[in-house]
Amino acid sequence: MFVLTGPELHEALILPSTLSTVETVETKATEYAQMAGFDEDTASQISMVSREAAVNAVLHGNKKDPHKHVRASFSLTPDTLTIKVADEGEGFNPSDVPDPLSPEGLLKPSGRGIFLMRAIMDEVHFRQLSPGAEITLVKHRNRS
Amino acid sequence: MSMNLKIRHVGGITVLDLSGRITLGEGSIGLRDAIRDALAAGSKKILLNVADVNYIDSAGLGELVGAYTSVKNAGGDLKLMNLSKKVKDLLVITKLLTIFDVKENETDAIAAFA
Repeated sequence: MFVLTGPELHEALILPSTLSTVETVETKATEYAQMAGFDEDTASQISMVSREAAVNAVLHGNKKDPHKHVRASFSLTPDTLTIKVADEGEGFNPSDVPDPLSPEGLLKPSGRGIFLMRAIMDEVHFRQLSPGAEITLVKHRNRS
Repeated sequence: MSMNLKIRHVGGITVLDLSGRITLGEGSIGLRDAIRDALAAGSKKILLNVADVNYIDSAGLGELVGAYTSVKNAGGDLKLMNLSKKVKDLLVITKLLTIFDVKENETDAIAAFA
């Protein structure tokens, strides 16, 4: 679905629970970050954390279940770039994820995805769905 | 583009020249295998050249951490060199720069293994 309404741009995708979805979300996020006018480094970081959200949805949320889908949307307004990624899994509590900066977390090989989202984006929101979970990533265009 | 990896030996040091993307999947597994093989071959001094790495995600960071702990646990020493601004920023954000021994270039890195 592709909708262009005035200065706003919005696109929503329904994707399979496969690793190709990770690439699709990353590519689309890069495209929107570039359209938003972010510099190359910022666009690359937005692309990377969008990829993290997609990895979480495919692997941890839907557990690559072929009967479940990932919904991704990309919205550009004059003020913000918003990327949402939702899965159909069992949901999760972000506060259950250990702090990767803690002494015990620093040498863990995993658990940095949500931390990176929060470090790089201006806003990160989590919402429980039934079923599933949705992550919303927001970057303000005037703060790049 | 996935990760490419070339292996060189400089003195008693195994240098892994990484390029491309260190991300979830084949790229990061390639690094894991290379570290395992180097340790199995008795190499205890390992230098990761990330000059041409243009993208790392959290899985890739996890692989770098895994490489570090594998080498440390084997009684070896792992260093990183030639970090791009993009990679360095990521290591700063995640505080991994406090873990890794990072050198500006190969000359400094080789000397630091002595």
